[in-house]
Amino acid sequence: MLARVGVKSIDDLFADIPEEARLTDLLDLPLHESEMVVEKNFRTLAAKNLSPYSTPCFLGAGAYQHHVPSVADHIIQRSEFLTAYTPYQPEISQGTLQALFEFQTQVALITGMEVANASMYDGATSCAEAVLMACRVTRRKKAVISGNLHPHYRDVTRTTLQFTEFETIDLPTAAAGIENFDDHINSDIACVVVQNPDFFGRIQDLTALADKCHEAGVLLVVVVNEVVSLGAIKSPGEMGADIVAGEGQSIGVPLSYGGPYVGLLATRQKFVRQMPGRLCGQTVDQDGKRGFVLTLSTREQHIRREKATSNICTNAGLCSLAFTIHMSLLGEAGFTKLASLNHSQAVTLAEKLEAIDGVSLLNDTFFNEFTLRLPANAAEIVEKLATKGVLGGVPVSRLIPKEPDMANLLLVAATETCSTADMDDFVVALKEVLGC
Amino acid sequence: MLNNKGRPTQPTVDSNVDDSLETFTGNKGLELETPLIFEQGVPGRIGVDMADPKPVKSRLGGLERKESVGLPDLSEPQVLRHFVRLSRQNYAIDAGFYPLGSCTMKHNPRINEKVARLAGLGDLHPMQPTSTVQGALELIDDLAHWLKTITGMPAVTMSPAAGAHGELCGVMAIRAAHEANGEVRTRILVPESAHGTNPATAALCGYKVEAVPARADGRMDLDAFAEKLGPDVAGVMLTNPNTCGLFETDVKRIADLVHEIGGYFYCDGANLNAILGRVRPGDLGVDAMHINLHKTFSTPHGGGGPGAGPVVFSEGLAAFAPVPYVIQGENGFELVEQVEGDAAQSFGRMKGFHGQMGMFIRALAYMQSHGADGLRQIAEDAVLNANYIRVSLDDKLHSSFAGICMHEALFDDSTLKGTGVTTLDLAKAMIDEGFHPMTMYFPLVVHGAMLIEPTESESRQTLDQFIGAMRYLLDKATAGETDYFLSAPHFSPRRRLDETGAARNPVLRWIPDESADANEKTSVSAAS
Repeated sequence: MLARVGVKSIDDLFADIPEEARLTDLLDLPLHESEMVVEKNFRTLAAKNLSPYSTPCFLGAGAYQHHVPSVADHIIQRSEFLTAYTPYQPEISQGTLQALFEFQTQVALITGMEVANASMYDGATSCAEAVLMACRVTRRKKAVISGNLHPHYRDVTRTTLQFTEFETIDLPTAAAGIENFDDHINSDIACVVVQNPDFFGRIQDLTALADKCHEAGVLLVVVVNEVVSLGAIKSPGEMGADIVAGEGQSIGVPLSYGGPYVGLLATRQKFVRQMPGRLCGQTVDQDGKRGFVLTLSTREQHIRREKATSNICTNAGLCSLAFTIHMSLLGEAGFTKLASLNHSQAVTLAEKLEAIDGVSLLNDTFFNEFTLRLPANAAEIVEKLATKGVLGGVPVSRLIPKEPDMANLLLVAATETCSTADMDDFVVALKEVLGC
Repeated sequence: MLNNKGRPTQPTVDSNVDDSLETFTGNKGLELETPLIFEQGVPGRIGVDMADPKPVKSRLGGLERKESVGLPDLSEPQVLRHFVRLSRQNYAIDAGFYPLGSCTMKHNPRINEKVARLAGLGDLHPMQPTSTVQGALELIDDLAHWLKTITGMPAVTMSPAAGAHGELCGVMAIRAAHEANGEVRTRILVPESAHGTNPATAALCGYKVEAVPARADGRMDLDAFAEKLGPDVAGVMLTNPNTCGLFETDVKRIADLVHEIGGYFYCDGANLNAILGRVRPGDLGVDAMHINLHKTFSTPHGGGGPGAGPVVFSEGLAAFAPVPYVIQGENGFELVEQVEGDAAQSFGRMKGFHGQMGMFIRALAYMQSHGADGLRQIAEDAVLNANYIRVSLDDKLHSSFAGICMHEALFDDSTLKGTGVTTLDLAKAMIDEGFHPMTMYFPLVVHGAMLIEPTESESRQTLDQFIGAMRYLLDKATAGETDYFLSAPHFSPRRRLDETGAARNPVLRWIPDESADANEKTSVSAAS
């Protein structure tokens, strides 16, 4: 091959690299290992972690432990899905494209919106992109952000906007009560961003807020970071949302220590040309057969360059496929049943925990996650519970530090994966560490 | 040879049967159609077995969903069959050669998938106490060490979820550094051959993008670059090797010039595969560079994601990196999750939680499998394969730039001039030959560009077959068989699709009635 290329050695192929920067020795890294050794290395690392599937786990705060059906994980490992790229050649990418079209439809259906895109990186980036989109749609520059939006979503949105012409107005966290947006809704505002259920688990009817927003030409962005809730509660679309930004991890996507997940973005048909990200559309081929293509790409960076609606180039492909498969398995009956099961689990757990001396429930409404006020520092309690093999919730202070009022608050989630025995273990362990 | 019915199995050669004959089902042998999932539901079916909810007093506050969602009900085998059928309508690197330039479609080893699914790695919750995830944090720290060593850079952030997200991270750090210095700079220089995400990213960071032209040899025009530099320039975004598949020979001079005016050098690391173990970007004056784990380090492309785009930083930019990051504390590994204390200069947070852990696991498995020796061989084989294609086609196709290329070979469409066949038509004919087409019409600086990236994964036999097919097609095109190309592809699950119609009247979701009509028209029937 070297002779065909017309060079004497491999080194000749790298002659364009400045001589003083060329590496002559190998990098200071280990040499290659066999598959068997590599596997063992990872087993060793895995053994240093506590798997939440092998112990009672009540963690949530934006990522939820659910059962992923084996069909979903099997299909996403098929070579044809796993090792294909973005469907640039639609004639030989109909599998990916049809699945994306189905994904878009499922997301639109569960959120109660007209259209959805082919996914974003995750819920937090989706939230930031929703705000940018609202600014483009309204040609306004300020976004009002609820204090009860997941802190990571707030931070990502603020970070994303910080060097643009747009700005966020961040309302203070209101752990104990409902927020009042009235003073902030006016004709300068592009959108109001609220999460439902909110960071503390509280469910709200956003219909009145939507009406107020619309009177002032303000868009309502609703963030949903537990999509299973949409099977049990009124959809954001029904409440009047203009854009829904969500985290789809709960459906089909493993926890994977926080990523990769799948961001959802849904909106009204009339805003579709201001949407970020990839979109798949239905069309026909030259024989008249139905087929699917990536469409409206004139919004995108490879055509529009610096004038694009977003710099995003890919979507969360395989995670959106896992979502689509899991949602297809659930169907109407399964999705609503899963939601109902999650709610009943959470209610059962809340009742058990509320009964412990000194422990109180902060919120009166919730879906599968709620906030407890403990008689002691929640972060310390969580550490003590972990030593007993119980992953007993997320201390609010991990996400909202330096707020003395919140030091004792604990977020607790219960999904279909926890058994009655898990709940009882949690109650016993919590009583022990609280000394009651 | 007779089969068990005593009939010969040899096909009848002079058959008058038309290949385009329709079947009752719309299927053609192994080519199996499947309707939309929404057209297959039968009420009462369910594909997931779960316990019945216990009756409890609702805490939903009267906000129960009253309207149906509209999802179809299916059984598990139905869903499985649907997605298996869909999968068979996809081309994939596992099935064949996928020389999509700038995308690095290399082999994805399955050990990566296996270890990413181990209990204790793939199923960790991001908000577990750090005391219960020491192995996960060690893994991230170890991957960071490999990335810093490979690039010769002192710091790395693992947050970004993709290449373009990494670019955003790098340019935000640049802007944060200038602002910390009390400086307002307004321009970013980007070569005109750059990937579209570069200018889109710079714009999202509030910069005015200025394009720098290329020289006749495909490298950035150094004189034009120097002329555009000034105290208001925040930095340069340069892809190296560049999108023409060439090493920027003046890279060190470019770095020096941008540093002289107080600017930073952002390197788009999309093409790192070509230089692994051969040169370290840190030795070329780079200040920030993203690394596409889904290209260079073999995490699967998955039909368009998920990716991961960690960014390495120079000393000058490291303090501005986003949160979170892993540090070694007194009691083991810790996570710095807030912008405060040592992270006070951080420009913020880019993503929920701690980055694309699933991709980190796969990339580290790939690195360990290759080691320092294997990583260097990756670059060598990738560059050799690309040059082999270049010299084997350049009597038939016009190489855009003379001389050795790096990991990808770039041709223009001058050979096709006057044939009535375009780069697109040629690509569609390649589909009939069983190949995924090369990248078309990118970079924009070359007319009718064909960017071919074979990667190190391909054998000489595969390359020879591809080269043979390309030469055959080019001969056919120049011999005037234009119609063959205009009607290609002939043998794919779908023929050319009406993309103009799709954009003019966007149908972005299934809607019951319209869909039923479309289904009738296209004679695709439910097979279940």
